[in-house]
Amino acid sequence: MTTLFTILFDGVAYGMLLFVLACGLAVTLGLMNFVNLAHGAFAMAGGYICAVLVNNQGWPFFSALPLAFVSAAAIGVALERTLYRHLYTRSHLDQVLFTIGLTFMSVAAVDYIMGSSRIFIKLPAALEGQFDFFGVGIGRYRLMIIVICGLLTVALQLILAKTRFGSRLRAAVDDPRAASGLGINVPQVFAFTFAFGCGLAGLGGALSAEILGLDPYFPLKFMIYFLIVVTVGGSSSITGPFLASLLLGIGDVAGKYYVPKMGPFVIYTIMIVILIWRPNGLFGRAAAR
Amino acid sequence: MSIRSQLLLAAGSVAAMLALAPAQAQETVKIGLILPMTGGQASTGKQIDNAVKLYMQQNGDTVAGKKIEVILKDDAAVPDNTKRLAQELIVNDKVNFIAGFGVTPAALAAAPLATQAKIPEIVMAAGTSIITERSPYIVRTSFTLAQSSTIIGDWAAKNGIKKVATLTSDYAPGNDALNFFKQNFTAGGGEIVEEVKVPLQNPDFAPFLQRMKDAKPDAVFVFVPAGQGGNFMKQYAERGLDKSGIKVIGPGDVMDDDLLNGMGDAALGTVTAHLYSAAHPSAANKEFVAAYKKAFGQRPGFMAVGGYDGIRLIYEALKKTGGKTDGDALIEAMKGAKWESPRGPISIDPETRDIVQNIYIRKVEKVDGELYNVEFATFEAVKDSGKTKK
Repeated sequence: MTTLFTILFDGVAYGMLLFVLACGLAVTLGLMNFVNLAHGAFAMAGGYICAVLVNNQGWPFFSALPLAFVSAAAIGVALERTLYRHLYTRSHLDQVLFTIGLTFMSVAAVDYIMGSSRIFIKLPAALEGQFDFFGVGIGRYRLMIIVICGLLTVALQLILAKTRFGSRLRAAVDDPRAASGLGINVPQVFAFTFAFGCGLAGLGGALSAEILGLDPYFPLKFMIYFLIVVTVGGSSSITGPFLASLLLGIGDVAGKYYVPKMGPFVIYTIMIVILIWRPNGLFGRAAAR
Repeated sequence: MSIRSQLLLAAGSVAAMLALAPAQAQETVKIGLILPMTGGQASTGKQIDNAVKLYMQQNGDTVAGKKIEVILKDDAAVPDNTKRLAQELIVNDKVNFIAGFGVTPAALAAAPLATQAKIPEIVMAAGTSIITERSPYIVRTSFTLAQSSTIIGDWAAKNGIKKVATLTSDYAPGNDALNFFKQNFTAGGGEIVEEVKVPLQNPDFAPFLQRMKDAKPDAVFVFVPAGQGGNFMKQYAERGLDKSGIKVIGPGDVMDDDLLNGMGDAALGTVTAHLYSAAHPSAANKEFVAAYKKAFGQRPGFMAVGGYDGIRLIYEALKKTGGKTDGDALIEAMKGAKWESPRGPISIDPETRDIVQNIYIRKVEKVDGELYNVEFATFEAVKDSGKTKK
C-alpha cells in the first residue's frame, strides 16, 4: 500500500515537471497559434545556464533557478523580436520547418560549447535523499518540484483568469483586430507571453536536469513528451495541459513499475485512447481556429 | 563534349589514378579513423582520437620507413555513415587500415568492406562478441562485454551475494551483459530475483528503482549506456537504496573514468569488473595518465586505452612486416602480438583476433578528493567467452 503512494508521489512529481516544461508550448501553440518545436531548446538553455552558474560560478541552487527563468525568457524575447515575429502569419509548415531548424542549431551549438556528455547540477545537501512519511518514501527533490510547480500553476491560472493582462491576452488571442482596435498592443502582449513561456521552459529545464538528465539532445529527446502533453490536454487553457501532465506522469511511472515490460508504451496508449475519445484533447475547443 | 570523349576522359583519369597509387603508398601508410565525434557517443570518439594523437606524439609518425597519416572521419555513430565513409576512405583515399568504430552496428557496417578490400579493420571501442567473426580482417583492441560480465558474475557468486536484481538497457550490449552475467552468476549458485529491461531512451529511473528496492536483493546488477550511469547512481541514492544495503555491481562501463567524478559520492562503494581504471597501479599507466592529462586536461577512460593500444597494434604490425602494407601479412603480424598496455598485459588471440586481457574487480573510492575505481582483485588473461563457448 505504501508503495502505491510512493509511486503516486513520483508520478505527480514527474507530471508536474512535464507541466512546467510543456505549458509554455501550450501557451504559444494554443493561445498564439504558433507551432514552436524549438520549445525544448529554451528548456535546455535554462538548464545549462543553471548548471554553469551553480557548478562553475558557485551560485547557490535556489538563486540560480530564478536566473534560469530570466535568462531563458530574455533569449525568448530576443528571438521573438528578431525571428519569430516574422513567422506569425506564415503557414504552420513554415513555422515547423523554421523551429525544427532552430532546434538543430541549438543542439549543435550546445554540443560545441559545452561538450556532448551529460551534465549534472550540484544540489544542496538538503535536497538529497528521501524521508519517510508514514512509511511512504518521499524524495526531497521531488517534493520541492511539486511545491514549486504547484505554486506556479496556481499563479498562472490566477494571472490568466483574474488580471488585466490575462484578459488582454485572451482578447488578443480571440480577435487580434478588435483587440488592437480597443488599444491593446497585441504584438507586445504576444512578445511578453512568448517570453514568459520560454522562461517557464528554462525553469523546467533547470529543475529536470536531476531527473531527466541534461545533454545537448534534450530538445529532441523530450519534444515528443511536450507535444503529447499539449495534444492530450488540449491547448486552450492551462488546466488541460496540467491535468494531462499529471495523468501522463502518473501513468508513466505506474506503468513502468507494475508492468515494466510494457512500461514505455503506457503513455502512448493513454494518448491514443484519449485522442480517439476526444480528438481535440481533454479540454480542447470543439472548433479549432 | 561528346559522350565518347567524356568516357575517354574518365577512363584516362582512372588510369592516371591507378598509376599514381603505388607511388604514393610507398611513402605513406594511411589510417582511416572513423569515430563518432558528434552525437551522443562523442565522448568515445574524442577519447580515442586523443589517445591516437598522444601515441603518435610519443612514438613519432614514422614506422619501418613509412610515414603514418591518420585521416579522421566523423560518423556520429550512425552505421550508414560509417559504411559510406569507410568506402570513401578505401576507394578515394586508398587507406591501408580502417580503425575506430564507436558502436557495434558501426563496426559491423564496415566489416564487408574490410573483407572485400582485404585491409585490416581495427576495432577500438565497440564491444559485442560477434564483431570479430564478421570478417577475417577484423582485429579488436577494446574489450567484449562478455569479458567483464562473466567475471562480475563469478565474483558476485563467490563473495556472499546471493540474490541479485538486474536493471539493463534494452539493446544489444545490455542484453549481452545481462545474459553473460546471468549465466555465470546462476552457475555459481546465485539467484536472479527481479529482471528489468529499461528502454534505451529512458528519462526517469524512479519506477524501476522502486521495483528494485521492493525486491530486496543483495545487489543490483546494472548496465546502462555511458552517460546514463550518473543519473542512475543519483536516483539510486535519492531513493535510499544505498542505505538499505543494496550494492551496485556491473560491468565497468557504467563507472567510466570519464564520468565518475560527476556522479558524486553516491557512486562510492560500487563494485564493477572492467579492463581499465585510470588508477591502475603500474608504471606504464602512471606515465600514460600523466601524459594524457597534460595534453588534454582530463583523465583517460577505457575508450582512450582502446585507441592507444589500437594505434600501437598498427605500429607493431608494420614493424613486423617491415613496412609492407599487404592486408593478409598485416593480419598475420597482428595475431599473437602482445605487450604491456596501460591497462596491464594484453595480447591478440591468434584464433579469434580478439583481445585477451586482465579483468579487474574494482571498487569506487575517494583518492585525493577525486573518485576512482580502485582495483582489488585480478582475473588474468581473460578471453572472450562469447566465442570460447562454441
